[in-house]
Amino acid sequence: MEKKKKRSIIRGIILGVLACAIIYTIYNTATKDTVEVLADGDTAPDFELVDLEGNTHRLSDYRGQGVFLNFWGTWCEPCKKEMPAMERQYQQFKDQGVHILAVNIAQSNFEVENFVEQYNLTFPVVIDKTKSVMQAYNVGKLPATYLITPEGKVKRVPPGELSEEQIQSLMESIKPE
Amino acid sequence: MEKISCVCGHENPFGTKICEKCGRPLSEEAKAQKVLDMRYDGTAIRSKTYNKSIIDKIWNFFSSVKVGVSLIIITLIASALGTIFPQEFYVQVATQEEKALYYKQNYGVFGELYYNLGLSDLYSSWWYQILVGLLGISIIVASLDRGLPLYKSLKNQRVKRHESFMKRQRIVAHGPVTEGDSSKTLDLIEEKMKNLRYKVRRDGNALLAEKNRFARSGPYINHLGLIIFLLGVMLRFLPGFHVDESMWIREGEVRAIPGMDGYFLENKQFILETYDNDPTRAQIEQGVAAIAKNYQTDVKLYKQAEGAVLGDTENMELVKEYSIRVNYPLKYDGYAIYQMDYRLNELKSMTFELTHKQSGESLGSMKIDLTNPEKEYVLGENTKVQILNYYPDFSGLKDGVPQTASQYPNNPAFVFKMMTPDKPEGEVSFVSIGASPIEAGENEYKMTFKGVETRNVSGLTIRKDVTIPILIIGGVIFLLGLAIGSYWNHRRLWVQQLEDGKIMLAAHTNKNWFSMKKDLDVVTEYAHLPQYIDQLEEKDEKDKEGDGAE
Repeated sequence: MEKKKKRSIIRGIILGVLACAIIYTIYNTATKDTVEVLADGDTAPDFELVDLEGNTHRLSDYRGQGVFLNFWGTWCEPCKKEMPAMERQYQQFKDQGVHILAVNIAQSNFEVENFVEQYNLTFPVVIDKTKSVMQAYNVGKLPATYLITPEGKVKRVPPGELSEEQIQSLMESIKPE
Repeated sequence: MEKISCVCGHENPFGTKICEKCGRPLSEEAKAQKVLDMRYDGTAIRSKTYNKSIIDKIWNFFSSVKVGVSLIIITLIASALGTIFPQEFYVQVATQEEKALYYKQNYGVFGELYYNLGLSDLYSSWWYQILVGLLGISIIVASLDRGLPLYKSLKNQRVKRHESFMKRQRIVAHGPVTEGDSSKTLDLIEEKMKNLRYKVRRDGNALLAEKNRFARSGPYINHLGLIIFLLGVMLRFLPGFHVDESMWIREGEVRAIPGMDGYFLENKQFILETYDNDPTRAQIEQGVAAIAKNYQTDVKLYKQAEGAVLGDTENMELVKEYSIRVNYPLKYDGYAIYQMDYRLNELKSMTFELTHKQSGESLGSMKIDLTNPEKEYVLGENTKVQILNYYPDFSGLKDGVPQTASQYPNNPAFVFKMMTPDKPEGEVSFVSIGASPIEAGENEYKMTFKGVETRNVSGLTIRKDVTIPILIIGGVIFLLGLAIGSYWNHRRLWVQQLEDGKIMLAAHTNKNWFSMKKDLDVVTEYAHLPQYIDQLEEKDEKDKEGDGAE
């Protein structure tokens, strides 16, 4: 009887391990494309980038405050449409502890400066010269927005252009308590 | 489960076909055989013996050779299906809709069906992976179930076997020695068999000569290799084990390397060299102007400073300077960066001359770095040109506003403000390639295009695969098992000298009976043994004789 029990246990363990291996492989393949994409609740990868005035902005310096992280380019139509709405909402929220950090994808200072002047943007605009932040946040199509909670966690936002109402409610959702 | 007691007193596990100790056939089936089925040496295949709990039932399912073969066939068919049309992986389009369209356009109704059935991404589908996984389980369980009892049985085998065992071997002999003193026969056999590199054991009047027992382990070694191979494939899905990324990098750019966190690459220059031979006939026939000799990207690899966060490119450490060529990747820390692609002559800078329209008089020229234009270019006293706006990839006007299609300087356009001693308040002009400038009013001065500088773009691929050594080891073990199982044979010879001096002999090999018989011929002659017969061949011969009588 003892032997029988032992046999069942050994067989059970072997089958169990093998089943786990299969499930793990399938799970990994199914999520392969998205594995690098930041998921809700992930710790936002910290970064520091330089703005047009030469000031360094580090994401972790905003800990305790919400950050509306927007990736954009001057050639991107929807980005242009979003910007004025973002600026208006920034004026509403900046004193309530929600900030906007706009990350340009590796363009020249000239183009970014021109754009900022043209749209009268007052929130910090930084340039990701080496595209390293873009890669870490797995930014594909522009514009791409991530919300960073006061605790430094990522909150995903549906890709594509956002309306002013959406921007408002999103910024509302990361207001510090 | 009850044991099977043999007449000899040995207790055999349930399901045993041939007594482990003396070799008497135990099962009715074995008793009925004229020549015993010696596969697994008659041991109880474990799964066949217990079938009680749910675990046992699952185990037995996977242990079955029928199930294993079925799984192999299903996997083969599925794998073959995946090769009918190209897999999605090789289709160079971005979105799902484009992929669907691609299959429809290129392969018609079948292509559409193929895509909709998911066969276009077969090898990473869940069901294909389950199939391979089940095959893996089948291999492991079936090997354990058969390999372990076989190993035990061969390890513990006795020298002396019962007559009923000996008689039921394929090759048997029975009779008196043909010459000389029968008391020395066993010694002679031992001597000769040792000469033939058999291991000889003796027990009283019995003798067992055995050779190449390890050959029986061939299939199990082979399976082990397969399992290691599958394991290696599985590991690829673990983060950090497998990287396959690509990047475009322009001359002069510094870029983060995708998949290689904390490393940056600077493209110093891209070189394309061609042979300067006169065109050969084949070249002319195929319309090939020049033959490429070398594709090369000179790069510098940088590492981020210790403790630096993303985006921080200060105090980067130069790790390596290297010229990446085809087949000569930049190798570092398990990563390899390959030369894969290139684009030549992307615009880098444009030179303009500020000239007076009527007299053609030049007030100086300026070079605009298209990746980093300045706001203002001072050409002389009271003479300067401001760039009011820059459109790197001008794509036309929309509501009177110039648009840019991308961030790349494919078709640069500018809004210049020219300030000259004559016109200190400045004249504005919109300048694009291949079109006359658009001016606000009638300008006295214009920007004359003088020339361009270009730069090249390198397409690089970043690869890392830690699993390759595992795959190689798995493959080598697989082949080793195959070789052991194919080129070595397990040969055994049992001899007993009966009380009247007569010799009883039986021989078995798992394959290659011809060589076994050759060994037997040698020892038969040397030790004057009675002539052996092949019980299966004898039957054949009888059949043949029958045929011949017709």
